[in-house]
Amino acid sequence: MRSSDARRAPLGLRAAAWAVVAFLHVPLALIVLYAFSAEDQSYVFPPPDLTTRWFAVAWNDRPDVWRAIRLSFEVASYATAFALVLGTLAAAALARTQFFGREAISLLLILPIALPGIITGIALRSAYSTLEIPFSFWTIVLGHATFCVVVVYNNAVARLRRTSPSLIEASMDLGADAFQTLRHVILPQLGSALLAGGLLAFALSFDEVIVTTFTAGQQTTLPIWMLAELVRPRQRPVTNVVAVVIIALTFVPILLAYYLTRADEPGAR
Amino acid sequence: MTHAVALERVYCEYGAVKAVDGVELAIAEGEFFTLLGPSGSGKTTCLRMIGGFALPTAGRVLIEGRDLTDAPPYARPVNTVFQDYALFPHMNVRENVAYGLMVRGVPRAERARRAAAMLELVRLPGVGGRRPSELSGGQRQRVALARALINEPRVLLLDEPLGALDLKLREQMQAELKALQRRLAITFIFVTHDQHEALSMSDRVGVMNRGRLEQVGTPREIYESPATRFVAEFVGAANLLEGDAARRYADGAACALLRPERIRLGSEAGARASGTVADRQYFGAFVRLRVELQSLQLAVDVPADGVVPEPGARVQLHWNAEAIRRLDGNG
Repeated sequence: MRSSDARRAPLGLRAAAWAVVAFLHVPLALIVLYAFSAEDQSYVFPPPDLTTRWFAVAWNDRPDVWRAIRLSFEVASYATAFALVLGTLAAAALARTQFFGREAISLLLILPIALPGIITGIALRSAYSTLEIPFSFWTIVLGHATFCVVVVYNNAVARLRRTSPSLIEASMDLGADAFQTLRHVILPQLGSALLAGGLLAFALSFDEVIVTTFTAGQQTTLPIWMLAELVRPRQRPVTNVVAVVIIALTFVPILLAYYLTRADEPGAR
Repeated sequence: MTHAVALERVYCEYGAVKAVDGVELAIAEGEFFTLLGPSGSGKTTCLRMIGGFALPTAGRVLIEGRDLTDAPPYARPVNTVFQDYALFPHMNVRENVAYGLMVRGVPRAERARRAAAMLELVRLPGVGGRRPSELSGGQRQRVALARALINEPRVLLLDEPLGALDLKLREQMQAELKALQRRLAITFIFVTHDQHEALSMSDRVGVMNRGRLEQVGTPREIYESPATRFVAEFVGAANLLEGDAARRYADGAACALLRPERIRLGSEAGARASGTVADRQYFGAFVRLRVELQSLQLAVDVPADGVVPEPGARVQLHWNAEAIRRLDGNG
């Protein structure tokens, strides 16, 4: 009887939990609602009328939307790919070894994410101009890679430290060379950590504004496009339509990660 | 004749620490050889140099007569059972056991057949589809054994493989390991800090202390004729006679050993010493008395089923002359 009491939270706590959910999600609900608003000059509540025509407008008449989404997607993909390779290698170098400068390197690796983005942005911009590198797609990718590397590194190094070093020795002992050991033992061990790190890196890059402002030339990534749209008092709901599409798309990797890491759990420890 | 494994004046130093300090050792084909020693004595480092996980700073490691001092682990005809088993958590038992065949490109059907045969050999059939995390400690131990044996190594290295098991299971695995070794007729090199394990399983034992091999011999030689004071104290219970006591009871040797079970209680006639029981400890099979002599304490093991003197009782101690073992060396 005591335990059944314990299982049911008191009314106050339940109300608080729902209040937090509301706090987090009411703004999102408003975004979705305004995507259907017939009023395109300003946000009025309640919307005078509901329509789905903005979806058609975004799809047919606004190629700038799709260019921005596509650019953001490409930048995030490349930045994540760079981060996966560099972050994993850095983690492998630092996880269990001892060498001169090791502590300094691991601190310096974490720094880009601790520094305000504006500092990273200014630093990159002045570095590019000093080296006379013209702004391009790749300067954005490099800028994003600086902080994407950190999240991959953090995930990978934590997993490597929890992985018994004798697994690697066992693999070599059984006849596997370094490459086979990487493929059959180390990468599967790192798998879910790299997935988590990679998703986070992708998400960070996808909505990055500050560093992008400093490192992009004429290119407009999605967040930059959205900021620009806010200033324009025309076709406001199109921005919301894009937001709705992004929310919908975001659910796919989140659910995927949830199921993949859950399936991972019984074998993990 | 070629030895299964030979260490020739092998040193292994980590900075200022001499983990292995000039070890010279030859292990015969088909031998069950145990490296026994306290933690930090260098026994595991020796094993790791044979397996290829540690490189000697000087000396040579020969396996089957070939100099493999610097060969990587995957190029040596030896396999290892690791202390923590090191089973791959993301693979099932069958994949774990067949790993050595998989990386050598053996076809899938043959892998499955030989993995099943190996699991049969370690008396663990029917668990091939399970994950290592779903097995008990003893079962994991057997899987690790099967995985190491599937490559048909000439030498199997075992690094304290029974350390994590409870006593009953450990004794059972000791018997099984020994039987397996006889059946496969390959060389086992076993590392342990457990003297009972070393004495009961091995053909020969090497006792290590502070990076050096103190003595190599059969379990009986190690126990009955320890070469150094360290070996006498580390293997079994020991009364060490020194100074006055040694002069008096061991014909003037500097140091001598008298095992507690070699001392008997008896009558005054012909007694070699007499003393007072200070304390007694019950061990089940025997009772260990602590007997105070003038300037010396002796441990004396007496059968638990006989008359055991109370603390404070006066006792007469007897032993045969050959029970006293002179110890040389200063170890």
